[in-house]
Amino acid sequence: MISIEVDGRKIEAEEGSMIIEVADANGITIPRFCYHKKLSIAANCRMCLVEVEGVKKPLPACATPISDGMVVKTQSDLAEGGQKSVMEFLLINHPLDCPICDQGGECELQDLAMGYGRDVSRFCEGKRAVVDKDIGPLIETEMTRCIHCTRCVRFGREIAGIREMGATGRGEHMEITTFIEKSVDSEVSGNIIDLCPVGALTAKPSRYRARAWEMTQYDSVSPHDCIGANLHVHTHRNMVIRVVPKENEAVNEVWLSDRDRYSYEAVTMRDNDNRRLQEPMLKVNGEWQTTDWETALDKVASKLNMIAQTDGAEHIGAISSPSATTEEMYLLQKLIRGLGSNNIDHRIRISDYSMQDNESLFPELSIELSELEALDACLLVGSDLRKDQPLAALRVRKATRHGQIAIINARKVYNNFNVLHEIEATPADWLQQVAGVAKYLLDEAMASEDISADGLGYEGLDELLAKVSVEQSHINIAKMLQKAEKSGVVLGLSALEFSHAATLRMLCRAIAGLSGATFGIMTHGGNSAGAYLAGAIPHRGPGGADVEEGGQTAQQMLAEGKKAFILLKTEISKEAVNAEQAKASLQASEFVVALTSYTDDEAFDYADVILPIATFLESPGSYVNVNGHWQDFNACVQAPGQAKPAWKVLRVMGNLLELKNFDYVSAQDVMQEVKGRMGAVGDRIKARWQCPESLPTDGQCPEPLNIYQVDCWTRRAKALQKSALAAGKEGLKRPKLSPFHNILGGV
Amino acid sequence: MSRMRRWFRSYFLTELIRGLRITWAHLRKRKVTVQYPEEKTPQSPRFRGLHALRRYPNGEERCIACKLCEAVCPAAAITIEAGPREKDGTRRTTRYEIDMFKCIYCGFCEESCPVDSIVETRIFDYHFEKRGDNILTKEQLLAIGDRYEAMIAEDRAKDAKYR
Repeated sequence: MISIEVDGRKIEAEEGSMIIEVADANGITIPRFCYHKKLSIAANCRMCLVEVEGVKKPLPACATPISDGMVVKTQSDLAEGGQKSVMEFLLINHPLDCPICDQGGECELQDLAMGYGRDVSRFCEGKRAVVDKDIGPLIETEMTRCIHCTRCVRFGREIAGIREMGATGRGEHMEITTFIEKSVDSEVSGNIIDLCPVGALTAKPSRYRARAWEMTQYDSVSPHDCIGANLHVHTHRNMVIRVVPKENEAVNEVWLSDRDRYSYEAVTMRDNDNRRLQEPMLKVNGEWQTTDWETALDKVASKLNMIAQTDGAEHIGAISSPSATTEEMYLLQKLIRGLGSNNIDHRIRISDYSMQDNESLFPELSIELSELEALDACLLVGSDLRKDQPLAALRVRKATRHGQIAIINARKVYNNFNVLHEIEATPADWLQQVAGVAKYLLDEAMASEDISADGLGYEGLDELLAKVSVEQSHINIAKMLQKAEKSGVVLGLSALEFSHAATLRMLCRAIAGLSGATFGIMTHGGNSAGAYLAGAIPHRGPGGADVEEGGQTAQQMLAEGKKAFILLKTEISKEAVNAEQAKASLQASEFVVALTSYTDDEAFDYADVILPIATFLESPGSYVNVNGHWQDFNACVQAPGQAKPAWKVLRVMGNLLELKNFDYVSAQDVMQEVKGRMGAVGDRIKARWQCPESLPTDGQCPEPLNIYQVDCWTRRAKALQKSALAAGKEGLKRPKLSPFHNILGGV
Repeated sequence: MSRMRRWFRSYFLTELIRGLRITWAHLRKRKVTVQYPEEKTPQSPRFRGLHALRRYPNGEERCIACKLCEAVCPAAAITIEAGPREKDGTRRTTRYEIDMFKCIYCGFCEESCPVDSIVETRIFDYHFEKRGDNILTKEQLLAIGDRYEAMIAEDRAKDAKYR
């Protein structure tokens, strides 16, 4: 720690930090455009000029490291004179079209021009104009407004890992553009909108819709992946205008994936859009008719009661989307279990449920997300991190600055970080490849400590792996994990969808245990963890409580068929792994009630009653992310027409079925009850080793869901559907980085 | 004495004559009464009356949906919704409404407009016959602008040198 003086204040600060960081930490404002705390220092806007005593010229605060006894003046004549001159230069080529600029009202240049700009321009020559680029359906460009701060360029290079934006030309002819007239296709591209200090890059879907000052800000949580990114939802006249990130270092830092940012389009009804379902629908003699809530719910209650009494409750099944809120899942399982059945599941993309009793309370990453970036070695198994959890990929990318990444996958994935060891197996061969690593680690451990596998706590593992051949590639990965101080094994969605997922999971647990790495699972949907905690699984009740007789899993229910199904926020044939069979089974079912928000829901093909419910931005609730953090939120806008939040619908359904303890007044009441169930968990439920019976060689991997097809909301977000990623175009192959890119400032 | 004077006054109707003198004097004076609606009082070019939305000479509407008038309106009388125009993607209002019952005719909207689109004309005599008529829509405002463009332009020209 050294001490410096800024504007007469004595400040203790870490040596090596820049003046602007010290000033920011102490609430001293220094104007800036190019500096951003998450990006490298460019020092090209020169707006942050300050006076340092003993230096004749003003210095850029963002690029001047502090030294002991330094005296900095941010308000002196020299500093302000410098800042004003810089502002004058910046405004020379700026079009000053604030009235038609979407950034107007929240523009850094506009704000600072109020303080540092002249009232009249002295520049009377011609202004520069730049041709606009079409960089895709998500980002609108107006490049004449650009002030060349290069934040977007640095974001692509340093954070996203794809160099999509770049600067061409010099001086007056400098232009920020995509390199080869292509669109910006990154899965986190929307962040450059937030980074842009002027209106050069703005959001296309919300273009011209509302001004910054007339919008109301609500907080919410993203339901699309297990990260649970924090959102600021901006609404105007009961309409969601846009979504921007809410800063949360523990979860999403300051970023959002495009999926989180643009999925609100599925909520907003605009231009006579009638996609949203506004009234309950009843199928009468094969024709869909609108009805009122009372009739619809009475029908549901009487039919479910009848089936439960005549055929037995085990003929009723409930399937929830893994992105439903914890409250909704809790009420759904309470309803189903109240009827006397345990047939409830949210794991529609999983086909292998064996050994599920030996799993932890909920699938978790077991390290904080922020610790991902501190890993020295990370083994990703079956994970297309970049598309499955884009924000986690950014963290792992940061880890590559000092750490090493290895991948064992059953298909080719294109990462935005450097991978040291990559094994691309076939689905049939996948288990053998993972087993190779496990075997090397087991042999090492047994040899060094001179004990058997049983002694290590992996009973039967040596016999299981006896026939596995260890190759050099396996040894490389194993050694990487062994050597690292902090290491982790992370399972991705493909590993969960694999036909022998349980065996794969156990092997990976063994690898993690034997190499001293942490073991984590990245799950489907936004609330898989919440589903486990709320009891939306057939083999455990809320909070991991034991159930007398385990119910059927989603695949069993759909394979076997049920008399009645309750579907919550899910379109089975678009989401489940055995789509064809699932749909056939639903069509054959006697009574299907679907809770959905959309008139184009596929449930119209097979349901008997369809109840309109609110979407994730219209209903209160909570999501539990992959670290087990509960994040609750309130409704941001009202649902259209008669649509109601799903928890209310389920609560009334519970009342009509005359089930006990269904008297909640608010979603918070439900949450309190779920949380109350957590107390008794303790160590009763934890992951235990169970040796798989064999290493089958007939493994299969279902086709993964497209990044913008994961839930009912992303499927209906118009702009996302127009993007290159939605079309499945692999325009995202990362260009081979030059050997100099590290020297040049990229990571 | 006073009785004499009183008799004299009442016999010769002096008060009546004095009164009639005022009447006759006023009969010959210049009249200030304006025969509204046939006649109208003179108005300043800065008069703030009925609102109008103007167009450019080529027929293009001036308003660019910057929403400054909506923001500055102290009575919250203006409601704007905006979006890209389908034809060419330019920034336009999809809805521009002024509630004439809320409006206090302060003229801030005109003052704030960067393109001289929303203006207050000299027209002050208008009425509404149905509930809801008090809300002027974009089409109505543009129609007012089209109809009185000559007058509006002349008034702005007169006032221009003082701005």
